[in-house]
Amino acid sequence: MIKELLYILVFPGFLFVSIAGLLAEYVDRKLYARLQNRIGPPWFQPFADIIKLIAKEEVTPCQANPRMFHAAPLFALTAVITAFLYTPLWHTSSPFSFNGDIIMVLYLLTIPTLAFFIGGWYSTSLFARIGSVRAVTQLFAYEVPLFMSILASALLANSWSLVDIVLFYTRHPWYWCFNLIGFFVSLVALLGKLEKTPFDIPEAETEVVAGAFTEYSGKLLAFLRLCIDIEMVSGAALLAAVFFPFGFFQSAFLSFVVFILKILGIIALISLLRTVVARLRIDQMIDFCWKLLVPFALLQILINLVLKGVLR
Amino acid sequence: MHDSHKFNIPMGPQHPALKEPEGFSVALKGEKILGVEIRLGYNHRGIEKACEQNTYTQDLYLIERVCGICSHTHATCFVQAIEEIAGIQVPKRALYIRTLIAELERVHSHLLWLGVAGHEIGFDTLLMYSWRDREIVMDILAMLTGNRVNYGMNTIGGVRRDITPEQANDVLKAVSQLEERTKYYIDVATKETTIIKRLSGVGVVSYDDAVRLEAVGPTGRASGLDRDVRRDDPYAAYGELDFKVITDNHCDVFGRTIVRVKELMESYKIIRQTIANMPQGPIVVKVARKIPAGEAISRYEAPRGEDVHYVKANGSEMPERVKIRAPTLANIQVVKHMLKDRYLADMPIVIAAIDPCFSCTDRMVSIEYDSNKKNETISWATLHDYSIRWHRERGTDFTDLNKRFKAGLKV
Repeated sequence: MIKELLYILVFPGFLFVSIAGLLAEYVDRKLYARLQNRIGPPWFQPFADIIKLIAKEEVTPCQANPRMFHAAPLFALTAVITAFLYTPLWHTSSPFSFNGDIIMVLYLLTIPTLAFFIGGWYSTSLFARIGSVRAVTQLFAYEVPLFMSILASALLANSWSLVDIVLFYTRHPWYWCFNLIGFFVSLVALLGKLEKTPFDIPEAETEVVAGAFTEYSGKLLAFLRLCIDIEMVSGAALLAAVFFPFGFFQSAFLSFVVFILKILGIIALISLLRTVVARLRIDQMIDFCWKLLVPFALLQILINLVLKGVLR
Repeated sequence: MHDSHKFNIPMGPQHPALKEPEGFSVALKGEKILGVEIRLGYNHRGIEKACEQNTYTQDLYLIERVCGICSHTHATCFVQAIEEIAGIQVPKRALYIRTLIAELERVHSHLLWLGVAGHEIGFDTLLMYSWRDREIVMDILAMLTGNRVNYGMNTIGGVRRDITPEQANDVLKAVSQLEERTKYYIDVATKETTIIKRLSGVGVVSYDDAVRLEAVGPTGRASGLDRDVRRDDPYAAYGELDFKVITDNHCDVFGRTIVRVKELMESYKIIRQTIANMPQGPIVVKVARKIPAGEAISRYEAPRGEDVHYVKANGSEMPERVKIRAPTLANIQVVKHMLKDRYLADMPIVIAAIDPCFSCTDRMVSIEYDSNKKNETISWATLHDYSIRWHRERGTDFTDLNKRFKAGLKV
């Protein structure tokens, strides 16, 4: 019982994943700044931001539905932290693993977007409403290629369990190379999920102020920020576990370090991508996802189906 | 909101997309813009009126502060009008120095615009890069004039500071550095897929609309409207310099970007020529404090378009009337046209594409009838009719101006 609680609250649960999320935000911001020829924030900046926000006054718009307005950020935060618990971190096993957990992790990573929608919609601000509608519109575009490309990898491993997938690829060391198309598709789709350029349409500052977050302040905004940071870590961890399932050694510490390096690599790719592109329009984004990402994801599924026949 | 699916969102007076207070009320249906209402006047400072209560020299410094970016533009335009009234022959060297500062100002304004445009389409990297390179020209301006924006270079009858050969050398060095960077920006702006996707086909103004709505500057030139005061009505030293007027036929924001980055290259050419051909001699002539009665209109090609100043002198130390028509006022109606049936996402970049300067544009219209009557508000249409009637009574008929304009008056 105590062990489970420690798992959930300390490691790899709430405490660890929060710190990891904030450090990930630092890495992302610092890299983004360096790539733009800026100096960038010091390492404690994300922590300072969160502490400042928690200390600030919290304003609820008088027309907003207070219950939904307050529940949405907590709901989103819980979902992304839970998603992280299922990822195999330092060993080819995970404390809560069960068959089908990959589907659950994907769904848990969808919940923040829906929570942002609900929070934005119930805050009744025009900007928040436009932003939240955009967030959901975008969800329908990136979610399908993301699911397809991640599940294509699971298809080859013949399992719906993250641990089994990792075990399969550990047994067949170089099979992960077949999934590279899927990796790039899901990396781009992850940009949409994290609302980063070129898919930061729901919170496009020059159009809709802060999108769904426009009316949020104080603790609630801190939760939302933390939620996006953790979503970045959880998403990167999922991609690392599914597409780069190697580097698990006898020493738990060494495997853990390798896993963190993989996550950092994916975050670096995200920062690089968002540095070199401009924001798309929502119609262009949907076109891009359905006309480009989905065919590539289908191609990945096709490749994996053929491989499954050939390799066995 | 629920019944009709139409709603109005306020963009401004305070909004992250706008750098100055300005009101846009956007009628939206989903993401589509149905119409835009533009409200000017949040930044009105009454400079024209203040000019009437100050001497010409004081006005020069006041006018310079009309715009933070094109400060030299307004100062030069104003000083040209005074010099025309007083019949002053400005020394050649002063004209060349004015041209040099004007072109350096154009470079810094266009680089600033490029960054703002990048930010409006969510491409912050372009903002950071172009603003970093803008520092080169800002440093040069600070070295030549002592200030980064309000240069204080002009005075009635010439300029206040001379340029030494060492300074000229530094300018040339900076220009080659900037030229290198601008080539890179031309490459980025014309080849990067997401930029092209966001800019092309957005904010379209056809040639006819540009003529009808009187677009000026890069906004007009990107619609094929081949007008540039520097060539059409040369002032300062432009008549003796060799440069091209850049036009483009894309008619959209992409075209405006191309015009601006290519104009940068032309500016470097002009800067090199001014330094190479700069004549020796005095930089200023002495001018009496009192300017003889008379009036003049002065035109000047600001980075944003044609700037017009009207000055009426009455023989005293102070002007009787000063009227400023900043380029944004000419372009603001085009914005309304450009936004029709576009997406909300295009709105920031379409507004930014005219390179607006709202505080230069802000003005106030107040009509006073008989003194025993109270002031009253009249509609725009009534005011329009009133102005046509007013001019007709004084012998000018503007009613068929548009027809005459279309018939042949192209330039």
